[in-house]
Amino acid sequence: MTTMSAGTAAPPTGERRSRRTRRDWRGWAFVAPFMLVFVAMFIVPVGYAIYLSFFREQLIGGNIFAGVQNYIQLFTDQKFWDGFLRVTVFLLVQVPIMLALSLTAALAIDSARLHGSSFFRIAIFLPYAVPGVVAALIWGFIYGDQFGLTASVNSLLGTHLAPFSNDWILGSIGNIVTWEFMGYNMLIFYAALRTVPTEIYEAAEIDGAGAFRTVFSIKIPALRGAIVIATIFSIIGSFQLFNEPNLLKVLAPNAITSFFTPNMYAYNLSFAGQQFNYAATVAIVMGVITAVIAYVVQLRGTRQENR
Amino acid sequence: MNSTSRSASVLRRVATAIATTAVLGATLVACSAGGGSTGGSASDVDAALKKGGTITYWSWTPSAEAQVAAFEKEYPKVKVKLVNAGTNTTEYTKLQNAIKAGSGAPDVAQVEYYAIPQFALGKALVDLKAYGFDKLKSDYSTGPWNSVNIDGGLYGLPQDSGPMALFYNKNVFDKYGLTVPKTWDEYVADAKKLHAADPTKYITSDSGDSGFTTSMIWQAGGRPFTAEGTKVSINLQDEGTKKWTSTWNQLVEGKLLSTIPGWSDDWYKALGNGTIATLVTGAWMPGVLESSVKDGSGAWRVAPMPTYDGTAANAENGGGGQVVLKQSKNPALAAGFLKWLNNSKSSTKVFLESGGFPSTTADLNSSDFLATAPEYFGGQKINEVLVDGAKNVSSGFQYLPFQVYANSIYADSVGQAYAANSDLNAGLQAWQKSLVEYGNQQGFTVTGK
Amino acid sequence: MATVAPIPVSESARTVARPSSSRGRRGALRTGNRRDPRKRKSIVLTIVMAIFVIYSLIPLAWLLINATKDQPNLFSSFGLWFGDGFSLFQNIADTLTYRDGIFVQWFGNTLLYVVVGAGGATLLATVAGYGLAKYKFPGKRAVFAIVLGAVAVPGTALAVPTFLLFSQVGLTNTPWAVILPSLISPFGLYLIWTYAVDAVPTELLEAARMDGAGEFRTFFTISLRLLTPGIVTVLLFAIVATWNNYFLPLIMLSDPQWYPLTVGLSQWSAQATGVSAQPIYNLVITGSLLTIVPIVIAFLFLQRFWQSGLSAGSVKQ
Repeated sequence: MTTMSAGTAAPPTGERRSRRTRRDWRGWAFVAPFMLVFVAMFIVPVGYAIYLSFFREQLIGGNIFAGVQNYIQLFTDQKFWDGFLRVTVFLLVQVPIMLALSLTAALAIDSARLHGSSFFRIAIFLPYAVPGVVAALIWGFIYGDQFGLTASVNSLLGTHLAPFSNDWILGSIGNIVTWEFMGYNMLIFYAALRTVPTEIYEAAEIDGAGAFRTVFSIKIPALRGAIVIATIFSIIGSFQLFNEPNLLKVLAPNAITSFFTPNMYAYNLSFAGQQFNYAATVAIVMGVITAVIAYVVQLRGTRQENR
Repeated sequence: MNSTSRSASVLRRVATAIATTAVLGATLVACSAGGGSTGGSASDVDAALKKGGTITYWSWTPSAEAQVAAFEKEYPKVKVKLVNAGTNTTEYTKLQNAIKAGSGAPDVAQVEYYAIPQFALGKALVDLKAYGFDKLKSDYSTGPWNSVNIDGGLYGLPQDSGPMALFYNKNVFDKYGLTVPKTWDEYVADAKKLHAADPTKYITSDSGDSGFTTSMIWQAGGRPFTAEGTKVSINLQDEGTKKWTSTWNQLVEGKLLSTIPGWSDDWYKALGNGTIATLVTGAWMPGVLESSVKDGSGAWRVAPMPTYDGTAANAENGGGGQVVLKQSKNPALAAGFLKWLNNSKSSTKVFLESGGFPSTTADLNSSDFLATAPEYFGGQKINEVLVDGAKNVSSGFQYLPFQVYANSIYADSVGQAYAANSDLNAGLQAWQKSLVEYGNQQGFTVTGK
Repeated sequence: MATVAPIPVSESARTVARPSSSRGRRGALRTGNRRDPRKRKSIVLTIVMAIFVIYSLIPLAWLLINATKDQPNLFSSFGLWFGDGFSLFQNIADTLTYRDGIFVQWFGNTLLYVVVGAGGATLLATVAGYGLAKYKFPGKRAVFAIVLGAVAVPGTALAVPTFLLFSQVGLTNTPWAVILPSLISPFGLYLIWTYAVDAVPTELLEAARMDGAGEFRTFFTISLRLLTPGIVTVLLFAIVATWNNYFLPLIMLSDPQWYPLTVGLSQWSAQATGVSAQPIYNLVITGSLLTIVPIVIAFLFLQRFWQSGLSAGSVKQ
């Protein structure tokens, strides 16, 4: 990141100070529109959620100040920790698999050694364009062990796959998420790869680097920033897992409980139980944990980059 | 003497003034219909209909559009905005959000029977006694009427009803030599026989459904929920409940039930090809079968609900009515629409045409209705069986003032017993525990046995 | 890998390389291997990728195949092959005319939300990301930390406070309730930020400043063009995200007149449930197919912009 050094050529002291101060505010001019909407759409609701988490509103009896009671209740709430453990396991297994697949696809498409790479690019991206409601519909069929594709596979191969059973449900959901987001991550990596100038590749070839060397020594390091972004947002996405289990709940009502993931727990607390305060508490705690982990990943990622 | 009489007359004048103000004030309060916290009288309804206005109606019934059109024809001065805000829990969530936010609720909304207590006790509904609707009691069968009367108030008018019956696939029964069961013991025997003869077939599907569970407990004589204002008691292990579980456990633990989730793609297919041989459900099912399970045409028949000891007993499963929300800016007009919707010949005619099962005694007892012999059911006069079942619905069953929530966590507890093919009683106890905890947290006084 | 240091993509290397990327050779950059006969196409790689593609496309094939079936056929024929008859066009007609063409209304709504929402989000993220990349200002680190932190909070619990806030100002059940929250794309912000750091050389900005151009003028005339591939990526993601936006509209909207396609489809899907069940699965499936088509078109249209990879001009002639 050498951009910082570029601007500090030495003008006379007075000029330097005034020029730097002028530039300081200019930055805000660009960032302000985003931040304005952001404050209204995020900060204010988050603030309100924090406020809510210190109260308790009952169906009978109205609003009372609860102090940290909600937080204390949360720390001993088995349903919450059950869901939290589940998304952690999900994160540790699904994210690496998905990112590895996306990376492979992006590298393959970028390598210009494929027949018809544009076709591959759009075909793999397509699942991301599918709305969650539709994806749940399609995979609901595929996972059907009565008349669905799984049933046919079972009868053909003599297996007893049951994607909606308690044992397999998390894996089934992981598969759907991978299917949905593989193309998305692939595109991130691919776009990053496009910024590498061809001259570097030409120089490497002249130096005698083979295909694998090129990949490991040029492409992957160039992707480092993109890998960090993709990892952070995948982590956040995993902790916030909600859409897929919620849409599939009708097909697997017992395997997917109302507290299957922390986000589902918060949702059901709010909308089924009218327990907005406790739901806000769940959200805040999850948010803090997620933010800490995401921040740590970002620090490690950018530190390596600056090396 | 003068001063006393003067002060006395002042006093008298003041007293008269106060009295007059009081009378005036009372009249004003009685006359104010805006805001809708206190109602008017029966004549207000007619006046409102004559005057006209606009109201919003939330409903997901297929017949709603046709009914609204017919209403607007009869009362051209009234405009009804029909909104399909989603089916059951989706709509209830939106209703609850609007009630909490203080705005955005419709004037009239469709609400199923099990959910009406929740909204009534939450003081979100208009008590229709104020408009004299309690006089309509004899127009409705007892089950639905009891469901809209909560804690001494009348909070809605019934639209349809769901007295239970046994729907069975005659082709499957004939093929495997099964007899139509009259008792639950016979039903279980049929289940074993069917599944032994063909392991891909099941007597019925059940992977845990809160509505089904509560209805079955009802039929067995159980009364697990009682609510008096904010005092609630929950006993999911009472005699009636245990009667049901001792029968149903045989099916659950014996793995004799299909686990295909209800209302799914696969479920409709299974009903069509004989994988699921019977359905124990409400009287509104024929409409669903006719429109959605075309493959089963001619194969299905209706029989009375099996009983525990031979004496007729029945329960309601599903069905609902419409309510008037307190947020309504024109509750008299809303009530007028509601009365037409659920109490006029022109409306019920449309409703019946779309396949609904009525709650009005006139329709239930009409000879035309009883003579209907649909081809789908092989020409059987199904309504005779269904209406007979309605007569046997036992009274006194109550739902919780937070039944919508209770149903949402049913799968977490009872559903797990189904998933593990284990004792339902344990699941019911777990459910009870969660409900007691929730109720107390919400400020009710809940006792569990 | 440990023995070989990664070849740095440093400023100096790029500065050296840049003179050769003048206009004349621009067309041949990174668009293919026509000019290099030694770049052989790999069969193995193609087969591996074909497996990826099959995995990605089979579920969509199911959608396409089943959109050709009518309702009874859906329940009686095998899922991955055609049933009796070909009803695709009938299904499409039914989908577009059901309930007085509410699907078309939903389509229009979604277009509105996407154009204003995704367009707005891309604009805000581009301008802000550029600011974060190219300017040093007080509070810069805090900005990103806060944005990331707020995104980490699960959206479902933000839904209720947002709903209550919106209902206080009377915005629920209006298009604004859907558009306003979708204007924030933290991902877009981050993407443009990291992209702009490399893609817009500071020397260029310095040169423009020395020429007397204002910051915004520089942004619009020079930087924007350089950022194009990044912007296109962010735009594409924003389009898909707003097109598929489901949860918040579900909470905010109670009138189907304002539903986007996703919420509308889920409502049709739910009609198959319960007492007044009216399964219209064939319409749900056909509607889903129709919902995906515009995204595909958008993607095909936008991907042309990825071809231009490097600086459109140069600092040193």
